[in-house]
Parts: sequence; structure tokens; C-alpha cells
Amino acid sequence: MVQYPSGRLDAAFAALSDATRRGVLEQLGSADASITDLAQTFHMTLTGMRKHVGVLEQAELVTTEKVGRVRTCRLGPRRLEQETAWIDLYRQLWDSRFDELDKVVEELKRKEKVDGLNERE
Amino acid sequence: MDSTRESEPALMKNNATVERKSERELVVTRTVNGPARIVFEAWTKPELLQRWWAPKSFPISLLSCETDVRVGGRYRLVFGYEGSTMEFFGRYLEVTPHSRLVWTNDEGDDGGTVTTVTFEETRGKTLLAVHDFYPSKEALDGAIASGSTSGMPEALEQLDELLVHLGASAGGS
Repeated sequence: MVQYPSGRLDAAFAALSDATRRGVLEQLGSADASITDLAQTFHMTLTGMRKHVGVLEQAELVTTEKVGRVRTCRLGPRRLEQETAWIDLYRQLWDSRFDELDKVVEELKRKEKVDGLNERE
Repeated sequence: MDSTRESEPALMKNNATVERKSERELVVTRTVNGPARIVFEAWTKPELLQRWWAPKSFPISLLSCETDVRVGGRYRLVFGYEGSTMEFFGRYLEVTPHSRLVWTNDEGDDGGTVTTVTFEETRGKTLLAVHDFYPSKEALDGAIASGSTSGMPEALEQLDELLVHLGASAGGS
């Protein structure tokens, strides 16, 4: 497995790349649920579901709270169903992209300068 | 007014803005420190586009990139993500050197999203605006709300939508 630089965007991508985790988000969009509930709904073991929820938690898509013996899951601060959150993610992509574009443009400008000097000789 | 800062572009945090301009249109804008001629080149030469379209901080790689930048010419980009690949393709509707590129995005089910990029040069800098025109309000709503919709199919939902945007804008070059 390739190690990606830690970043919220990467975490979100990793989290959303799995069908079960997307299903969990959808489920939590309608109501909070315990790990046990989710494990039943998705026909998984508790351990398996805990792992999925852990990945979602890391990406801030889900938060959990333990009360007594029950861990309740709800949608986290990055609620993807909200337009602003989606746009924020989209903007992060473009920010990263434009940062790389800057480098290419700087290089082309430098190259042009050098070529210009050479032509004058 | 910012002439004093011009020599230190690194000190300016230059963020892109993303705005939903209308029911069907999403626009990304950003100023790049270089003339339109050079910025346009970076968008249209595949070997240059390939260097920035899939940013390093992003868990997606651009495996191949073919662009035939002329009216009616086709493009095809192949992205890799965790062992699987996705293709994005379409054709150029308008190619006006140094000022305007328009292309279709034909990979989606409902297709029909058209991307327009404008390059506007002022004093050596270029204002870029990337417009995505969706075929309907529902299509853009769907892109934004994906994942919260009912009946999640096995197909990648949110991820797809982001990738569609990656591809959407990718034709641009």
C-alpha cells in the first residue's frame, strides 16, 4: 500500500473508496447509530465495522461517542451532503492543482528567458 | 497596487475560489503568475498538463494523457486510484489560443457537462476561470449531493463525482 502524505483530502478519498463506508455515511445521514446497529445492517462483524468507522472518523466524516457500553456514531464535521463541504473538497483539489501549475509556469518562464538570451547571441 | 509584491509570489497565498454561479454552473477561478501564452501552453501540451493535473498531494495518478487540441480533436485521460483505473474523454468544441478552451465530458452516464476555460491576461498575470456547465440543475445537485442520495449503487458515488470533475477539467489540455 502506498503511503500518501497525510492530508484531509487523502483521508476523505481513502474513506470514500469503499462501498460499505459510503453506505454507513448514507445510513448515518438519516439517523445516528451504534456500531452494533451498523454491523447488523451491513452484515459484518463488530471488529470489521469498527475498522470502517475508524477510517471514517479519521477523515472527519464521522464522530463517535461512547456512552456506557454503546458507541454511537454520527456524521462528523465534514458532512459531505452539505454543499459547502463538497465545494471545500473540490477547492482543495484545485488549490493543489494550481500550486503544481505555478511550478510548470515558472519553469516555462525561466526557459523562455534563457532561450531569448541565446537567440540574441 | 501589488507591484511591490510581484517579485515575491511565494509570499502571497493564492487560493482558488469555487462558486456555484447558477443552477447549472460551477466556476473555479485563480490567478497564475505568468502570461496567458505560457499558461495556455501548460494547459494544452500533454507532457505539461500531466505534470500538474493530478497533484502530488492527491492520491490519484495520471497514467496517460492524450490531447489533440483543435476543434473536433479528442482527448483521453486515464487515472489510477488504488489499483483501478478510470478514463475520461471527450472532444474540443473551441480552441482559441491563449484565451479560450471548450471541451465536452463524454464519460459520464448522463454526459453533457461542458467545460469552458478562459485565460485573461493583465500585466503579465493570467486570470483563469474554469466553468463547468451541467446539463441540468439536477445533474449539478447530484454531483454535489452524491453520497447522501438513497439507493447507493455499487458504483463509486462520491469518489466518482470528484473524479468526473478531475476528468472534466482534464480535457483541457
